[in-house]
Amino acid sequence: MRPRRLIAIGFAVGSLLGLGLYARRGRGTERVDLYFADGSLVSLHSDSPEAALLLVHARDALQAAAK
Amino acid sequence: MALRELTEISSQVESAVLFDADGKVVAATIPDDRAERVAASATALLEQAEQIGEGDLTQIEASTGDGSLFVVKDGPMRIAASTSAEATAGLVFYDLKSCLREAAEPPPKPKPAAKPKPKPRTTKPKSDETS
Repeated sequence: MRPRRLIAIGFAVGSLLGLGLYARRGRGTERVDLYFADGSLVSLHSDSPEAALLLVHARDALQAAAK
Repeated sequence: MALRELTEISSQVESAVLFDADGKVVAATIPDDRAERVAASATALLEQAEQIGEGDLTQIEASTGDGSLFVVKDGPMRIAASTSAEATAGLVFYDLKSCLREAAEPPPKPKPAAKPKPKPRTTKPKSDETS
């Protein structure tokens, strides 16, 4: 295999890995924090089913606010 | 702090909607149709979030890739605000709570019209007349 070809394959694999990591990082920033009157806080990350339900409403509100 | 001033003072708040427990819009910095949709979504968000934790839910911060939605509840009134993704939660919550508190206060009563001042006496006192 030619060295040029190896470089091209390496570049493609690296790009895919980078894209995957970037997408994963972006998804990780999604969360819902619930603050209660007694001072307690419940933080739900996007991978939890509860957060997924709440984020649907949040996204809808943000979409309406931004239009 | 009036709702209009909120977006001016708090640079992180992009839009805000003040609404009641039924989701009826009281005031907003965005057009009515959009404000109603924000209020409806925020009401649904609050109702669903209240089922998750135990206790009295007062504030929500929902962060998405596109931005964050803040919802604050105080008595019968609620306020929802949209910000950029990197907003400082403490500052936004403080501004929203101040705005809610001000909205809950009754409007100041108009001052009664000032009574006309009594005219200064021009006649001399009686004691001077007798002498």
